[in-house]
Amino acid sequence: MAMVHARTMRWTYLAHFLLAAMLLVPTISLAQESGDEQFRAAVQALSEGSFNDKAAAIDAMIALGDPRAAKVLEALGDGDLAVRKSDDAVVLIAKGGSGYRLTDPVTGEALGDVGKRDVKKITVNNKLRGQIRGQVGALALSNADPAQRLAAVEEVMKRPSDDTLALLRTARETETVAEVQAAMDAGIATLELGSDDKDLRLAAVKRLSETSDPTVKSLLERLFEVDADGNFIEPDAEVRAAAKAAADSIGNRLALLEVAKNLLFGISLGSVLLLAAIGLAITFGVMGVINMAHGEMIMLGAYTAFVVQEVFRSALPAQYFGWYVIAAIPVAFVVTGAFGAAMERSVIRFLYGRPLETLLATWGISLILQQFVRSLFGANNREVANPSWLAGAVDLGGGVSVTVSRIYIVLFCIAVVMLLAAFIRYSRFGLNVRAVTQNRAMASSMGIKTGQVDALTFALGSGIAGVAGVALSQISNVSPNLGQTYIVDSFMIVVFGGVGSLWGTIVGAFGLGIVNKFLEPLSGAILGKVVVLIIIILFIQKRPRGLFALRGRAAEA
Amino acid sequence: MGPMTSRLMLLSGPRAWLLGGGLVAVFLVVIPALNLYLPHSSPFYLQDFWISVIGKYLCFAMLALALDLIWGYAGILSLGHGAFFGLGGYVIGMHMMRQIGDRGVYGNAELPDFMVFLNWKELPWFWFGFDQFWFAALMVFLVPGLLAFVFGWLAFRSRITGVYFSIISQAMVYAMMLAFFRNEMGFGGNNGLTDFKDILGFDLSAASTKMGLYIVSVLALVLVYLVCRWVVASKLGRVLIAVRDAESRVRFLGYSVTNAKLFVFTLSAVLAGLAGALFVPQVGIINPGEFTPAKSIEVAIWVAVGGRGTLIGAVVGAFAVNGAKTYFTGAAPEIWLFLLGGLFVVVTLLMPEGLVGLARKLWARLTGRNAKEPA
Repeated sequence: MAMVHARTMRWTYLAHFLLAAMLLVPTISLAQESGDEQFRAAVQALSEGSFNDKAAAIDAMIALGDPRAAKVLEALGDGDLAVRKSDDAVVLIAKGGSGYRLTDPVTGEALGDVGKRDVKKITVNNKLRGQIRGQVGALALSNADPAQRLAAVEEVMKRPSDDTLALLRTARETETVAEVQAAMDAGIATLELGSDDKDLRLAAVKRLSETSDPTVKSLLERLFEVDADGNFIEPDAEVRAAAKAAADSIGNRLALLEVAKNLLFGISLGSVLLLAAIGLAITFGVMGVINMAHGEMIMLGAYTAFVVQEVFRSALPAQYFGWYVIAAIPVAFVVTGAFGAAMERSVIRFLYGRPLETLLATWGISLILQQFVRSLFGANNREVANPSWLAGAVDLGGGVSVTVSRIYIVLFCIAVVMLLAAFIRYSRFGLNVRAVTQNRAMASSMGIKTGQVDALTFALGSGIAGVAGVALSQISNVSPNLGQTYIVDSFMIVVFGGVGSLWGTIVGAFGLGIVNKFLEPLSGAILGKVVVLIIIILFIQKRPRGLFALRGRAAEA
Repeated sequence: MGPMTSRLMLLSGPRAWLLGGGLVAVFLVVIPALNLYLPHSSPFYLQDFWISVIGKYLCFAMLALALDLIWGYAGILSLGHGAFFGLGGYVIGMHMMRQIGDRGVYGNAELPDFMVFLNWKELPWFWFGFDQFWFAALMVFLVPGLLAFVFGWLAFRSRITGVYFSIISQAMVYAMMLAFFRNEMGFGGNNGLTDFKDILGFDLSAASTKMGLYIVSVLALVLVYLVCRWVVASKLGRVLIAVRDAESRVRFLGYSVTNAKLFVFTLSAVLAGLAGALFVPQVGIINPGEFTPAKSIEVAIWVAVGGRGTLIGAVVGAFAVNGAKTYFTGAAPEIWLFLLGGLFVVVTLLMPEGLVGLARKLWARLTGRNAKEPA
């Protein structure tokens, strides 16, 4: 069944709550006193007489419609309801102290610990347990919280009894939340499949064909199977045909949903990878420099988000807290950009033309940065909280839901890439960058200060990594090892897409993300990743310079 | 052997051979003697623990030599040599696992403990034969060699060079790590292989076995060094250096760059596998941690610190960096990564020829002559 998520439920829940509050406020205080008395009497009745008397007492308690009944009855079914020998009062018991810890079933007050001999458990038989289960199910179906009601539908459908159908029908009449209604309809239809009335079964099959639930599908498929005597489970041919059609249509819908889900999650993963890799693509493309510390720039960005969050929390009123993510973006860009520029000026510029040495030196820098952050912030994960507008999830139906933060990351990623592409395409600096990428010597002799371009490009690439870090802080743990998680993937994307090509990086990131998600259900998450790596290694056979390779003289650089 | 020895004599000169022989004598005679014949109270007494530690360094030195052979002489920087080292270790680990027999926790004579734990009923096919030492010993060379051959063939055939090769090799070791972390792979997953009891009938916890493994490691290092020396001094070695310096030109001259690279890469992987196979009995465990990309990159810094393109530099670098690591991770663990990171930066920026280059310059200044450039 579809999971209910905070965001979709919030409004309906709130509406219910307000309505209930308006109706109840004037009466609640008056009712409280007499309600307690009545309820206590009903609880006491559970401890007396034969099993038949107890059954009647259970029904009487349900008739009261008291919300506390569910807990008491569940305790009764589990053998956690007992009589205190000193005063014959009915109490809830739980193991604790030297014997039992007692609680008052009406007020919920703690009544202290007693020895095991001081109480006598109220006995129940299996018939009573069955009754309790059904009744508790009915109670839960009228719970005020829709999520609880949905869970109750699932619960009663796991062990349906004779009166479950009637129970669901009654509950369905008063149900107002669409999602719970759908679940109840599916449950009712499922139960009706077992009815003796052919038309009822046919109607049930038709209604079930609208759902997208794999358990319903297998239920329908069972109808046209043959039992041990060679008879169809479903005697009527017309119903069988309808069931087959319904099972097929559910199957198609499930397959489509699966593809849509993989595509969606693939795009989500792809945008995360793209954010992580695009800064790398710039520095690698323009300078031919492998920046092994790129992952640490991402990590620094994430820690910047943490610091900005702490500043907002301590220095500003609480209502502005949600804005800290927005504020962290430019801060992270500047901080990591400055780190990048410093790195380029102090180390990398001395190593141009020696790409392997650059690789090792930047790896060294990455180790230093990791240890630096570990010394400063500690080795443990730091918590970066989602502001309220980034929290929660959106339910897309059919059991697929996406967290809000991931949707924003996709949008954010698109925005970053478009800004970057426009910047490279239209700005003066972008022109210089492209000139240096194509032919460094020529660009230099045309008067472009290649050293300056290098430093600024490096700052730009690092700054974007920092911005990516802010985004990643919203969906993953912020720890000193954060960057290491992404570095190999980022490199694979850049190599796969083709060095110096923005398009290649985009196609590489989304391609990798989507392929990964489609492989995962087939082979498990980790093996899927291994397969992707092998595919890339093989792909490079065909296109050693990547998908969108630079052609002509630039390729030889 | 005759002609080869004389050629080896030629390429290093008598003084280098004297130095090398002296070093080997220190490792083969002096260090064991300090452990075996001195009373425990003597300040020069070397504890058993240190024999194992030096034995470990010897294996690292072999791994560094393997990397220096391809990086220093053929310009191929592999960031995935941990894969071959680890595979060699896993192969010997599988043999020792089978040797445990019914002495494991679960007492199953056929299956290693972790398989019993995972409720496996029979030995996977790729574990067959590993109860025989000769088979395992063969596999120590074959498994890493085969992987390197296939990987190298794919890479060199399509002319993947420079940083591209480095990144692809890093991806390879990363993929291996992910794969070996899985329990379903049948190599013990996260925990890897451990709890070994003996090798060839010798109890692994006995001091005498540790000394034996140490001696074997010294001899293996000498052998690996000589093999590398021989390759470097051969005509192939000249071709490799030419490839390193101007790959296209060598190709135009009619040499098969692909074959030369493939040969030396595979050889290097085999040597790395041997190093791993000697390493695992001395540390008593092999797990997927050996496949983390960071470990493979670290090997490059051993070579760079010692001086790449000089075989002795690889050995010196492995000892220097790992010695420092042992000291600092014990004395001040929080500054070790700063130091290691700083080492990467300083060595690449300021001492491109490493310790050996520095020593040569000093020697030249002391003797007032230009340092003789060896081959």
